[in-house]
Amino acid sequence: MTAIVTFLARSRRLLRRGASVAAALALSSAQAGPAIPDTLAQRLLPCGACHGSEGRATPQGFFPRVAGKPAGYLYNQLDNFRSGRRAYPTMTYFVEQMSDDYLHEIADWFAAQEAPPTPARAPGAPPDELALGQALVRRGDAGRGIPACASCHGDALGGVLPAIPGLLGLPRGYLVEQLGAWRTGQRKALAPDCMARVATALVPADITAVATWLAAQPSSAGPAPATALALARPLPLACGSVPP
Amino acid sequence: MTASRRRAVRGALALAVLLAAGAALVAWLNVRDEEPLAGDAAAFVATPQQVARGAYLAIAGNCAACHTDRGGAPLAGGKGIATPFGTVYASNLTPDARTGIGAWSTAQFWRALHNGRSADGRLLYPAFPYPNFTEITRADSDALFAWLRTQVPVTQPNRPHALRFPYDQQAALAVWRALFFAPGVYTPEAGRSAQWNRGAYLVRGLGHCAACHSPRNAFGATRQSLELSGGLIPLQHWYAPALAASAEAGVADWSSADVAALLKTGWTPRGATLGPMAEVVFRSTAHLDDADIAAMADYLRSLPQAPPRAAHAGDLDPAARAHGAALYRQHCAACHGADGEGGRGAGGIVYVPLAGNRKVQLESPANLIHIVVDGGYPPTTAGDPRPYGMPPFGPSLKDEEIAVLASYVRNAWGNAAPAVGALDVLEAR
Repeated sequence: MTAIVTFLARSRRLLRRGASVAAALALSSAQAGPAIPDTLAQRLLPCGACHGSEGRATPQGFFPRVAGKPAGYLYNQLDNFRSGRRAYPTMTYFVEQMSDDYLHEIADWFAAQEAPPTPARAPGAPPDELALGQALVRRGDAGRGIPACASCHGDALGGVLPAIPGLLGLPRGYLVEQLGAWRTGQRKALAPDCMARVATALVPADITAVATWLAAQPSSAGPAPATALALARPLPLACGSVPP
Repeated sequence: MTASRRRAVRGALALAVLLAAGAALVAWLNVRDEEPLAGDAAAFVATPQQVARGAYLAIAGNCAACHTDRGGAPLAGGKGIATPFGTVYASNLTPDARTGIGAWSTAQFWRALHNGRSADGRLLYPAFPYPNFTEITRADSDALFAWLRTQVPVTQPNRPHALRFPYDQQAALAVWRALFFAPGVYTPEAGRSAQWNRGAYLVRGLGHCAACHSPRNAFGATRQSLELSGGLIPLQHWYAPALAASAEAGVADWSSADVAALLKTGWTPRGATLGPMAEVVFRSTAHLDDADIAAMADYLRSLPQAPPRAAHAGDLDPAARAHGAALYRQHCAACHGADGEGGRGAGGIVYVPLAGNRKVQLESPANLIHIVVDGGYPPTTAGDPRPYGMPPFGPSLKDEEIAVLASYVRNAWGNAAPAVGALDVLEAR
């Protein structure tokens, strides 16, 4: 009898101890969980799903790098997606409930990331196509009202601060699609939309030539944007996206 | 005249009388509770208080969500609202005399809100949520009108709706209204506090919460008897969970402060708003004053809660469970925790716990699939100006992988919900 009473008392004690251990475990699991850094890098992890880690996507895929592009350009694009001037459902969905302040912070953060160096790539295009592409990029075609890309995007094609993007290290498919979208009015920029004027002056063969040549160029040091001083003013065309 | 012919004539007459009576009934049901139109636009002089009040009410009603097109002029309309019956285009609410409502009177505006009839007498489609707006008071209707008249007039003709036959017919709409619409201003419930009644007025009227959070029948009408018991938003693959069910989005056991936090900031450790509700918070509830938010919380917390459904766990074989667990460890655990316990920042939870998460275990997997495939951010608000986000896994995971991952999350750590199939994922893409 005593043995039974002792056993019961001990079991009860054990049960109580077990319960308190379980409660402590539940508490600790409610308290635990991974420690999340309070940084923009952490907040912007979702962007990496398409644009690569820290926005450093390579030209292998479709999506453009955003690392190292001028902050003014990046902000304009985020706002363009929010305001319907650019159409890409995933981007619109991500930015439509974001404030101007947050979009500026996001643009500044990606602008501060180093653009990935891109090696020269075999263009896989006939020489005359490459020659046409190079000519349009470097010299334009005054007879057809096409300014040289380099006249606004910088001699090194690395973009110009604060709002003109670099053109190197981008996928060929992305470049073709952007110029095509500008030509058909699917992509717009703040008025006056200089790129729409350039793109409508291009014929499809020009677009593929320019994109093929650009995508084949190396940028070993990372195409850093030049300062605004590098730009000859006035620009060949009026651009609403570029502050005067 | 033979007896049989007499019978036929009598039958035809009876049928004609019946049809005429039916048509008369439908016609009467369509104009009941309408007041004679009086006064013209020019005669209306708004007070500054009315204009200020109207600006606030327009936010509470989120007029711009539909009446401002993406990139379009504010309130000039043109935005398409996709419905199962075709697309309805929101109208121009700016005070342009020809294409907007510049020539309307307060009485005509009231009739649109309260009776669902336009200034020209046309019946309006209930994509414009007048089954909810009918509860708005005349004073609030006049204030809204006063504010709208101060907006910049924009000349932009209304785009005709693109509805299929017979939904494009006014007669069909008249029958619909006779069956499913009854006008009536909100009447305060006796025995309830002023705060509760204010909350009910906002939730049921201007807030038009039921437009998404109530189920719709085959004719697209929300069901009064099932008010706020959850609805699939047509064509968007988002499910607006029941506000009258503790297993879904009911807040009967939440504190007022938690409900207010969700509506003001878009985020609480108990759940984040994404998709259509993020838009509601961003444009509307985040900007409402604390008293109104507290009133809405009071009303929502008092809603009778449907009993929790019997948990029926998904039928996951060990291989699928192991595959799901592996995908979870690889893609989700770094933020949501190895056991779905959520991720902690300096100030507390920043990634919601998935263990015990109601959204994860909804009968309809639509929202979970949406969030895994497309990711997303809660809205930026004054209370949460730099939200953390969820990456889209649609680009990197196959339908089968997303299905097995979702099924695992729905049945791990004590969660229990039906498994998700690859077809469900395909449908949501």
